[in-house]
Amino acid sequence: MNYLWAFFIGGLICVIGQLLIDLTSVTPARILVGYVVGGVVLSALGWYQPLVELAGGGASVPLLGFGHLLAQGVREAVDAQGWLGAFLGGFTAASAGICASLIFGVFFALIAKSRDQN
Amino acid sequence: MDLTPERYQKMVKRAGPSSPLGTHCLWAFGVGGAICTLGEGLRQLYLSLGWDQDASGALTSITLIGLSGLFTSLGLYQRLAARAGAGTLVPITGFANAVISPAIEFKVEGMITGVGAKMFVIAGPVIVYGLTASWVWGLIYWATTQMGWGG
Repeated sequence: MNYLWAFFIGGLICVIGQLLIDLTSVTPARILVGYVVGGVVLSALGWYQPLVELAGGGASVPLLGFGHLLAQGVREAVDAQGWLGAFLGGFTAASAGICASLIFGVFFALIAKSRDQN
Repeated sequence: MDLTPERYQKMVKRAGPSSPLGTHCLWAFGVGGAICTLGEGLRQLYLSLGWDQDASGALTSITLIGLSGLFTSLGLYQRLAARAGAGTLVPITGFANAVISPAIEFKVEGMITGVGAKMFVIAGPVIVYGLTASWVWGLIYWATTQMGWGG
């Protein structure tokens, strides 16, 4: 059941992105930015956590989930350290994703042949 | 051959190209859903190995990013993306692809101004605006706790 929800919600979130690409002229970079900022807003409104509880990876793997992670991290840090937490929580929560992307970026750049990626 | 208008419409529909919007959405749904299901599978695996919720989420992201890097370096992620569109863009693997793909492509320009700088072409704006939004939310949330509405 968990996996069905993960597939369905995850797929649906991707379809929304596809509709944005096909029906408007939004570029992929803007979609990624929009999804992360949108995830922060949805999480702040308290609407994203229920989706994560329902769909697991279906809600946390899309970039909306990355925004949710940022918002949650900031909230926990504010609870612990007051206004300073607004400066601390985001990077802390997002660290695994950002760090892994950068490290694998350097790693694969070192071992792969430089070539046109398109 | 007896050709009624309805029958003709059916023939036209069968011979013509299928609606690109429908096909694109179907691909995005299937591939995006599959990547998310893989993520859920990895999360359950890490949970069953005794990691807590937060750590399992982090390990899932790291694994998916590593797989995305592997497929990107082999040129396979781009081939899938040509069909799957947002299905490969919106998951965290798409973010990883947006970092790792320029890192490989701009290796010829050196490790500093090539790899190091070009990795941030798309990741930079995502991190900048994601962090800014979360900072704004942090201050709003802090203000609500000061006024006694928080909880």
